[in-house]
Amino acid sequence: MLRSHLRLALAVLKRRKVFTAISLFGIALTLLVLIVAGALLDNVFGAFPPEVHHDRTLLVFNVRMSGKDAQSTSPAGFGLLDLYARDLPGVERLAITSTMREAFSYQGGRKQRLYLKRTDAEFWRVLQFPFVEGAPFAEAEVDSGARVAVINRTMRRTFFGDGPALGRDLEVDGLTYRVMGVVEDVPMMRAVPFADVWVPHSSGRDQAYRSDLQGEFWGLLLARSAADFPGIQSEFRSRMQRIDLSAYPEFERLHATPETLLASTSRMIFDAHDDPESRPDRLLGVFGLLALLFLALPTINLVNLSISRILERASEIGVRKAFGAPATSLVGQFVLENVVLTLLGGVLSLLAAPLVLAAINQSGVLPYAQLALNLRTFALGLGLAVFFGVLSGAYPAWRLARLHPVVALKGAAR
Amino acid sequence: MIRLAGVEKVYRTDRIETVALSQIDLEVAAGDFVAVMGPSGCGKSTLLNLIGLLDAPTKGTVELAGKPVASYRDRDVSRLRNETIGFVFQTFHLIPDLRVLDNVELPLLYRKMSGAERRARATRALERVGLASRLQHFPSQLSGGQQQRVAIARAIAGEPRILLADEPTGNLDSQMGDEVMGLIEDLNQKDGVTVVMVTHDPRQAEKAHRTIRIFDGRQVAC
Repeated sequence: MLRSHLRLALAVLKRRKVFTAISLFGIALTLLVLIVAGALLDNVFGAFPPEVHHDRTLLVFNVRMSGKDAQSTSPAGFGLLDLYARDLPGVERLAITSTMREAFSYQGGRKQRLYLKRTDAEFWRVLQFPFVEGAPFAEAEVDSGARVAVINRTMRRTFFGDGPALGRDLEVDGLTYRVMGVVEDVPMMRAVPFADVWVPHSSGRDQAYRSDLQGEFWGLLLARSAADFPGIQSEFRSRMQRIDLSAYPEFERLHATPETLLASTSRMIFDAHDDPESRPDRLLGVFGLLALLFLALPTINLVNLSISRILERASEIGVRKAFGAPATSLVGQFVLENVVLTLLGGVLSLLAAPLVLAAINQSGVLPYAQLALNLRTFALGLGLAVFFGVLSGAYPAWRLARLHPVVALKGAAR
Repeated sequence: MIRLAGVEKVYRTDRIETVALSQIDLEVAAGDFVAVMGPSGCGKSTLLNLIGLLDAPTKGTVELAGKPVASYRDRDVSRLRNETIGFVFQTFHLIPDLRVLDNVELPLLYRKMSGAERRARATRALERVGLASRLQHFPSQLSGGQQQRVAIARAIAGEPRILLADEPTGNLDSQMGDEVMGLIEDLNQKDGVTVVMVTHDPRQAEKAHRTIRIFDGRQVAC
C-alpha cells in the first residue's frame, strides 16, 4: 500500500507543477531558515573543540548582590572564584577567564582592533585548543605575571604574515607581550573560549582585581562527571551564603550558581540571577516557541494549499471510501503525501544550506563563524521536514477523510 | 443477499426537507440481477447508495448477507464494503494519476495481501475484461468503453458477491454499452455475482432478471 501511495503522491506532484513549485519553495525556504538557526545554536551550544567537555562543565557567569535598596549583577570577581570555587567536591579542575574585552594594538603603526581575554593556566587544560604553533602559558608565567600571549591564526597572519611568530613581541593596549602560542580561530559565538589574544590574568598593571567578589571573570568547573553537578552546585551555593559581606553594607545577599552553558544563558536572558533553580528548559521553551511561531505561517499556508489540492480529488476519496478505505487509511495516505512533499522541500533546503552557511562564514558578519551542516543540523532538518509534513497534512487529511462518500463521489466536497 | 425493509431517506437542510425515498421494501437473492429504473431525480442512485452502504437510511433497515448493518461501526462498514461489494459508476471514477493496473488494485490495498498477489489478482481482472495489454496505460489514454471496462475490472478484482452499477452504460455509445453489459451479464451468469443496476435504458434493463421502478421516491412496481 505504501508503495502505491508513494507512487500516487509523486504522480500528483508531477502533474500539479505550479502548486508543487510554490509549495516546495515555501517549505524549502522555511526549513532553510530553521536549519541555519539550528546551525547557529549548535555553534553556540554544541560540543566542539575547544569545548570538548561540554557535558561535564559548569560555568559561573554572573554574581548578583542584593540588599534592601540596592542590587548589582555582574560577572564574577576573580577573588570570589579564587577563594570560594577551589577544591569543590567532584570538581576535577577550575579554570578562570576574564570576559572578552575590546583592545587595540598599534603594532607597526597600524591600528588593529582585537578581543582580549585574561586567563589562568588551567584554562588551557579545561578547554582543548588546537595549537598550530607553540604552547599555552603555564602556572609559572601566570604566577610571575609574565607578559606572554597566545594568539589566534588570524592575528598571527595580521601581525606577522608568513614570518615566524613565536617569541615575537606583540603590543596590545600599551603593553608588550611575547607570543608563545598560536591556536586555530574560535568563533565569536563561542563566548567562553573566544578571543583573538589570551594573556595571563596577572599580566596587567593593576592587581586589585584579585580580591573582587564581582568583576569581569567567569569560572569554568570541570566536573568528574555530570552526576557530580548537584553536589557541586549545592556546595558552591552554601559557600556563597557564608561569604562575609560586611565590606558591602548595602548588600545582604549574594547569589551565584555554577550551571551548564544552556542554563547559564537561560538565567541571563530571563534575568533570574537569584532563582535557586536552574531552568535551561525555559530557554529551550523559548527556542521551541520561536520555531513553532516561525513554522505556523507556512504551515497554515500549506494546510490551505493542501486542502484545496485534496478537495480537487474529492471523487478519488469517494471511490476509495466506496471500495472500503477506512478513514485512518485515508488520513495516512494524505499525511504521507504531505510528508513526501515536505521531505522533498527538506532535501532542497539541505542542498542549499551548505551554500548559505558558507556564505555566512565568509561574510564576516559573525567573526570566525564556522557554521556547518553537521549530522545534528542534518537530523534537525529532516526532523523538521517530517514534523512540518505531518503538522500541515494531518488537519486537511482528517477533514477530508470525514467527507461523506456520496458527497465526495459527486466531487462536491466544498 | 440484500434486504431493505421500510426504508426511508430524507435529506434535511435548515429550511427544506426532501424525501428521497419512502417505504422501500426490497429483497434481492444471491445471484439475482435487478435493474432499477425511473426518471431522473426519483431516488434510484439514493437506493443504490443505501444498498452499497455509502449512505444510511433515515428509517428502516438494510441487511446485507443476512446481517443488519445499522449497528456497524465505520471501520466494519468499510470492511464489509471492501469484501462484499463492487461499484461501477456512470463516470468511471478512475484515478487519473494512477496507471490502469494501480487503479484496479485499489480495492485490494485495503486488504491484508502481498503486493505480488495484489498485482496477480488485478492482472486477472483486467484479462477478464480484455485489457491485459493496457496495464501500464493511464486512464486518459483509453477510450470511454475501455475506461468503463477498467472500472469493472476494479469492481471485480476483490471478487465481491454484489456488484452495484450506477448507469454503467450512460456515458457510452451503444456498441460500447453492449460490450460493458456483456461483461456484467457474464459476471452474473458465470460467477453468480448478484447485480443491482440503475439504468435509464430499457434495452439494458431487459437483460436483468427483473426490474424495479421508482417514482418520486417510491417503489411503484416489481
